[in-house]
Amino acid sequence: MSTAKEILLQVQDLQVSVEGRKILNGLNLTVAAGEVHAIMGPNGSGKSTLANVLAGHPGYEVTAGSVTFRGENLLELAPEARARAGVFLGFQYPVEIPGVNNVYLLKAAVNAARKARGLEEVDAFDFLGMVREKMKIMRMDDSFLSRGVNEGFSGGEKKRNEILQMLVLEPALAILDETDSGLDIDALKIVAAGVNTLRSPERACVLVTHYQRLLDHVVPDVVHVLVRGRIARSGDKALALELERRGYDWVAGEAA
Amino acid sequence: MSEPANESARQLEGLLSGSYRHGFVTQIDSDTVPPGLDEDVVRLISRKKQEPQFLTDWRLRALKHWRSMPEPHWAHLKIAPIDYQAISYYSAPKSKKDGPKSLAEVDPALLATYEKLGVPLHERARLAGVAVDAVFDSVSVATTFKERLAAAGVVFCPFSEAVRTHPHLIEQYLGSVVPYTDNFFATLNSAVFTDGSFVYVPKGVRCPMELSTYFRINALNTGQFERTLIIADEDSHVSYLEGCSAPMRDENQLHAAVVELVALENAYIKYSTVQNWYPGDAQGKGGIYNFVTKRGECRGARSHISWTQVETGSAITWKYPSCVLRGAGSIGEFYSVATVNNYQQADTGTKMIHIGADTRSTIISKGISAGHGQNTYRGLVKMLPSAHGARNFTQCDSLLMGGECGAHTFPYVEVKNPSATVEHEASTSKISEEQLFYCLARGIAAEDAVNMIVSGFCKSVFKELPMEFAVEAQNLLAVSLEGAVG
Ligand SMILES: Nc1ncnc2c1ncn2[C@@H]1O[C@H](COP(=O)(O)OP(=O)(O)OP(=O)(O)O)[C@@H](O)[C@H]1O
Ligand SMILES: [Mg+2]
Repeated sequence: MSTAKEILLQVQDLQVSVEGRKILNGLNLTVAAGEVHAIMGPNGSGKSTLANVLAGHPGYEVTAGSVTFRGENLLELAPEARARAGVFLGFQYPVEIPGVNNVYLLKAAVNAARKARGLEEVDAFDFLGMVREKMKIMRMDDSFLSRGVNEGFSGGEKKRNEILQMLVLEPALAILDETDSGLDIDALKIVAAGVNTLRSPERACVLVTHYQRLLDHVVPDVVHVLVRGRIARSGDKALALELERRGYDWVAGEAA
Repeated sequence: MSEPANESARQLEGLLSGSYRHGFVTQIDSDTVPPGLDEDVVRLISRKKQEPQFLTDWRLRALKHWRSMPEPHWAHLKIAPIDYQAISYYSAPKSKKDGPKSLAEVDPALLATYEKLGVPLHERARLAGVAVDAVFDSVSVATTFKERLAAAGVVFCPFSEAVRTHPHLIEQYLGSVVPYTDNFFATLNSAVFTDGSFVYVPKGVRCPMELSTYFRINALNTGQFERTLIIADEDSHVSYLEGCSAPMRDENQLHAAVVELVALENAYIKYSTVQNWYPGDAQGKGGIYNFVTKRGECRGARSHISWTQVETGSAITWKYPSCVLRGAGSIGEFYSVATVNNYQQADTGTKMIHIGADTRSTIISKGISAGHGQNTYRGLVKMLPSAHGARNFTQCDSLLMGGECGAHTFPYVEVKNPSATVEHEASTSKISEEQLFYCLARGIAAEDAVNMIVSGFCKSVFKELPMEFAVEAQNLLAVSLEGAVG
């Protein structure tokens, strides 16, 4: 890691409880602009909890520690303000919102961010053109514009839709929670291509994943292993390959 | 209110102040009969309207019948007792003379609502009942409109005018769908109704424009007992819009209207309502009691009547726009969104009475409850022995916001013909935390997110509304559910 790069996200000694139960237990994470971090770890280790806390989900209680985004206290911001500031969460289980047009939600999201920056609303025609471009990358046809948000989408389609939203919103920091789970081989490549499209020196991405196969396509700069609410080990992309071979017990055993 | 609006309000006041030297009280005296209801009052109303004898007699029969009827009580509505002898049955409550004389006299809360809706100033003034006809040139609009309709042969006028210009149609059709014996409030209306709309679309005519109360209101101030009659002759087509542009803010509490629709062979009537009357304040004080009888009869074969309603206002709403499907192959539809917030109560739904063979009906009801609101869907689907091959589909969805409100569903089904089919789907859901968070995580503000989710829930009804109405309905929904987040 070069020290010249801007630090986008800094998580220090983060402790989080859900309904009185401690899930994150002193977690540290530093993500600089231009980097892709992979977070792996056994089921229930707290990966989604971390992702949700970063996005501001009200169901989690931060009991200690700090999180800054571009040097500002992220935890003070309401979820919508975090999104407008450039933090994006790709959900592990995207919800369905029946009757709300997919494109309508996208436009509302873009306009909310623009309004926060003092910009005018997007031109509807330009916007549609832009969305169609991004839908091409995600291999989604026009029918997805007017369907209800995730309404009746297959598991894989929901995940592609998350990436579409990310492409349209162009966040500075994207946290993708198991966006690769449940994808067939072709869809995995499409999603990876989508993520790579946004890769740039100004942006960063945190990929929560269980599988090396995503990391074959989106090569991470850093790989972390989360065990029982803290980062048990960090390394380069080779760590992921080692995990694939040896499983989590090896790290978990060391961490204990 | 914004600065320019204030400025216009002052101008408006200035323009109007000259014409009210006679004062408020005198005018009231001359236009209002003392409270109470008896034969003399009914005769007086009929005389003031210069009605033919058959109508006076009809009113008197209704009054006689009404006196023998007990006042209805409903399990799911809490209603303060109404003293029918304390109501004045003839007045010109919204005439230029005793309405608010300027925007300055209108409840600021009401104006704030209109402002939020983006209703233009002159429109706001008109909605609030300010006598602005003298100032704004709506006359020419109304005239062009009337000419186009006349060229097509469509009659569209105040009911009281139709009584004089088309007495035979009135005599033939009035009470033919909702007889004066129908129910307590319809019977009361039959005795004392003061005005409303009349529409006749002749054979084979497709009405060249949507008929909206917007135009009617400019020409007429309706009272609390409205009576509307729409007749679509064979092979004709008409779409009628009611409401929103006329959310009368009545000082009286009771509103008991009757709407009758008659569709002859192959005719189509679409009746859309956006109702946003004063719902009372956040504590449940005040507001309109909206007891309305709306019924359409598909009298001819293959005729089609479609009701669409968006109900956001009133303290209490009690209405069941219904279809009597008499003609073979006729179609009845009911699309409804009803919202209750604060202490509002709604008991609404529909009746689909299948008489003819191969008749079809569709019911889509979306109830939204917030605050301490109570929302009841009550629907009847009746298949008579003659209704061979008739079909009904009902879908009833309730959305709850918060833990203090309630949703109740009462679907009644009577099937007397074994070849008829009835399908019913129902659901109750809450706006989920996860849906809300999903929107927030996309940068959308909580209030916008709720409105979006609710509109999505109502989509299958909103898409039935004419375009401009759909936008207005969504805005109204947003206003009526304000503060319901959380
Ligand atoms: N709302 C909640 N109520 C109770 N327990 C919760 C809640 N949310 C998370 N947990 C618990 O916190 C722990 C961490 O969950 P989390 O979803 O963060 O795991 P994860 O690492 O994402 O797992 P997976 O790989 O299966 O997605 C689990 O034991 C889970 O049951
Ligand atoms: Mg998870």
